[in-house]
Amino acid sequence: MPSPAITSTALATYDVVIVGGGSAGLAAAIAARDAGSDSVVMVERDDRLGGILNQCIHNGFGLHTFKEELTGPEYAARFIAQADERHIERLLKTTVLDIRRTDADSNPSTPADSTTPADPTHPIDVCCVNAERGVFHLRAASVVLAMGCRERARGALDIPGTRPAGVYTAGCAQHLVNIEGQLPGRRVVILGSGDIGLIMARRLTLEGATVACVAEVMPYSGGLKRNIVQCLDDFDIPLLLSHTVVNVEGERRVEAVTIAQVDEKSLRPIPGTERRIECDTLLLSVGLLPENELSSAAGVSISPTTRGPLVNESLQTSVPGVFACGNVLHVHDLVDYVSEEAAHAGASAAAHAQALRDANANPPAATPATPDLELPIECANGVRYTVPTTVAPTRMGRSLKVRFRVSGVFENRHVSVYVGERRIYHKLRPMLAPGEMQEVILVSKQLEGARPGEKIRVLLEEE
Amino acid sequence: MQDIIYDVIVIGAGVSGCATARELARHEGRFLVLEAADDVCCGTSKANSAIVHAGFDARPGTLMARLNVEGNALFDDLERDLEFAFMRIGSLVVCTSDDARPGLETLLERGRQNGVEGLRIVEREELLRMEPNISDEAVAALWAPTAGICDPFGLTIALFENARANGVEFAFNAPVTALSRDGDTWTVTTDRGTFRARCVVNAAGVDADTIHNMASAETLTIQPRRGEYELLDTTAGTHVAHTVFMLPGPMGKGVLVTPTVHGNLLVGPTADDVDGKRATQTTAAGLATVRERAALTVRDIPFRETITSFSGLRAHRAEHDFFIGEAADAPGFVDCAAIESPGLTASPAIGRMVASICGDVLTRNDPAAFAERADFDPHRKGYVNLHIVSEDEWSALIQADPAYGTLVCRCCVVSEGQIREACRRGARSVDAIKRRLGVTMGRCQGGFCTPRVLQILCEEHPDLDLLSVTKSGPGSEYCVAPVKAPRGGGLDA
Repeated sequence: MPSPAITSTALATYDVVIVGGGSAGLAAAIAARDAGSDSVVMVERDDRLGGILNQCIHNGFGLHTFKEELTGPEYAARFIAQADERHIERLLKTTVLDIRRTDADSNPSTPADSTTPADPTHPIDVCCVNAERGVFHLRAASVVLAMGCRERARGALDIPGTRPAGVYTAGCAQHLVNIEGQLPGRRVVILGSGDIGLIMARRLTLEGATVACVAEVMPYSGGLKRNIVQCLDDFDIPLLLSHTVVNVEGERRVEAVTIAQVDEKSLRPIPGTERRIECDTLLLSVGLLPENELSSAAGVSISPTTRGPLVNESLQTSVPGVFACGNVLHVHDLVDYVSEEAAHAGASAAAHAQALRDANANPPAATPATPDLELPIECANGVRYTVPTTVAPTRMGRSLKVRFRVSGVFENRHVSVYVGERRIYHKLRPMLAPGEMQEVILVSKQLEGARPGEKIRVLLEEE
Repeated sequence: MQDIIYDVIVIGAGVSGCATARELARHEGRFLVLEAADDVCCGTSKANSAIVHAGFDARPGTLMARLNVEGNALFDDLERDLEFAFMRIGSLVVCTSDDARPGLETLLERGRQNGVEGLRIVEREELLRMEPNISDEAVAALWAPTAGICDPFGLTIALFENARANGVEFAFNAPVTALSRDGDTWTVTTDRGTFRARCVVNAAGVDADTIHNMASAETLTIQPRRGEYELLDTTAGTHVAHTVFMLPGPMGKGVLVTPTVHGNLLVGPTADDVDGKRATQTTAAGLATVRERAALTVRDIPFRETITSFSGLRAHRAEHDFFIGEAADAPGFVDCAAIESPGLTASPAIGRMVASICGDVLTRNDPAAFAERADFDPHRKGYVNLHIVSEDEWSALIQADPAYGTLVCRCCVVSEGQIREACRRGARSVDAIKRRLGVTMGRCQGGFCTPRVLQILCEEHPDLDLLSVTKSGPGSEYCVAPVKAPRGGGLDA
């Protein structure tokens, strides 16, 4: 059945549509409004705003943003209150199905692989579904992707054994305990030392379960140092580095798992080191993956390293008018950084909407202006990725925060930034670990004189 | 013991048992299916390659060969009547050395003898056009356009729902513990009571030998043969366009690489004889074998996109043929056993054959028994598939039932409305929902949606709560106790 032609007059049109109402979506919405966008809407699939913060009832949120320790729901509440004050519209229990540019007839264009690129000044169609309105469309000058991430599941690790009940991702167990009020098991082994796994080790212990151990395949933890101290050490829960789960037993419910030491280089289990641990639950905290199915379908280019969109200094993706922030862009360690990044994306989205409005009011002269110089940011020597991956010095404002993660544990290394052959940043960091996000601040002055074809490089140096 | 005497009791609600039940339902009589698990499709039927085989593989003259080709031909009508997912995408048996070419010719000839249509050998150039990711070693392949892929859960559930709608009774969590015969009446003892019937069908999968040997002195032995698989995300689903087999070896058909009807890429299976009838664990060695052998026919498989691995047990018999028929020393006891590959493909034909044998048993004593029913309804409404509805159709569904507007499973695009519908049609566990709708089968593997699915199951089944709701029947509960209750006050006080 063909859908009826969609006329733009029948559609709600927004400056900024934000996909997701979690920590990133909230901060982006508030910043977009504060940057002058009158019509901003958050589309959230859950029945409330706040996203995963709602199940993070432990404290430690907000130290940077509010200079105090809040729980997840408290941190979310602060942002929700700001959104309320600004009367920012939100669509709850609403799922975004599709994002695509409209064509000359104001219909959603065919997907990204179409040969003729859609006019980037056309509004973006956001197709949604909810129980009240059915399938419906919004129109936006700018879209902010703020969908967050998902947890890697057992299959991603290929853990052999049976497939009984009692294997949960740490976040799923967290939901069961903190939202549903149910204990998922009594004797628990946790694989992976990501932050949610560490938090759940403490949470389950407090609820009376026994956490036999946390096994981590890498020779270092993927979580924050403070969580290892406060969630494991304080409860005498052993952290077994360079260990993994090599078998799961139990026909209906987990009865035991076997862990084994792994070779530090190959990460393969070392025969003879197997140890069977009786338990009824295996929690997995083995990494987070940005949820970019919508982004990919919208034609957004995805980084193979972060699995999030490639963005420029404005956090704009490869699709003009589509911005990204928070864990859908790259997985963060602290929500405070998500909020800060999302505010930047929200403000950029608002500016983009304003620029489109201005362009429509005063059509640009026939001769297009010379495009801004864009410098790619490359990473090397211990730096796994950077966000963003391109910078236009003319658009970056006075300064720009470049976030990155390192690929291993490094002590006493310098973080260096080069523009071409010129080193513009060089600073000693006593300790760098993959679990903790790093940042450097680029100052626009330092980029003056950069020439076309030059690259910015972020890397670690011994001296 | 119940007073009633069933005409036929079918033991096992896998695809063979359910296909038999649906064929029985075309006739007058009282029919009961007993299933050990909490749902249909819980054994071999749920963990296999989901291939509708063309039929060139089985030895000519075997039951396997005949029922494969017959079953394959029935799939189009069955799909129309029962609304389950089936796609005739065709298969390729890839030959990776010129030395092995005679093997392809043998298969081609065997297929022609079995009555398979459209078979031909494609040379490397054409093969490469059909499958750009085919291995560099591939020299030629046998192309079988009648082969396809299906949703094995969807097929079994459709057969079950249609049989039930036509009056067949089903009892779950009812493993059979004893069988005895008194004259013309069989007594079947289960964990859920004792039932009597004039005819008993043994469709117990890997346990069919245990059931057979309760009834007959002529011993049957079923050797569970494990097959391990890797399932990749839909992002890898177009890596091949057809089912790609290796030229078969002595231990089965080798490792295949195929798209699934859910849009994933499936790679496997291994073939290892195992001791236990529940030995469906995967092994590090098995999964490594899957990856290694798949690379022989298809290159650059993106195993990084693996979302789960699983294994299933084939109900293998040394003679390597289906074992269907009335036991000579046990009148009224009908085996439908040793249904290994291509059992799924053959199932529609197996159902017909077994029901017909049951008819012979029943009419032996009462020529008027088992008359064809005029009121048999062959149609069954499938579940809504939100991947294929138009926006207007979806909106109409939501208008009729707003629950269709709330998505629960983001990975496989499934709404609360579909989950509630599955519950109303009898699904009582998370895996039962999974097999009907795909929920928890996608890339998050249930990380996001499991708590919500548990809630809906409890809402739809008043006898269930968060402590008793299960993954796959009793013993597989998700939660063990409520967390400590707040002591007075609380935030709202």
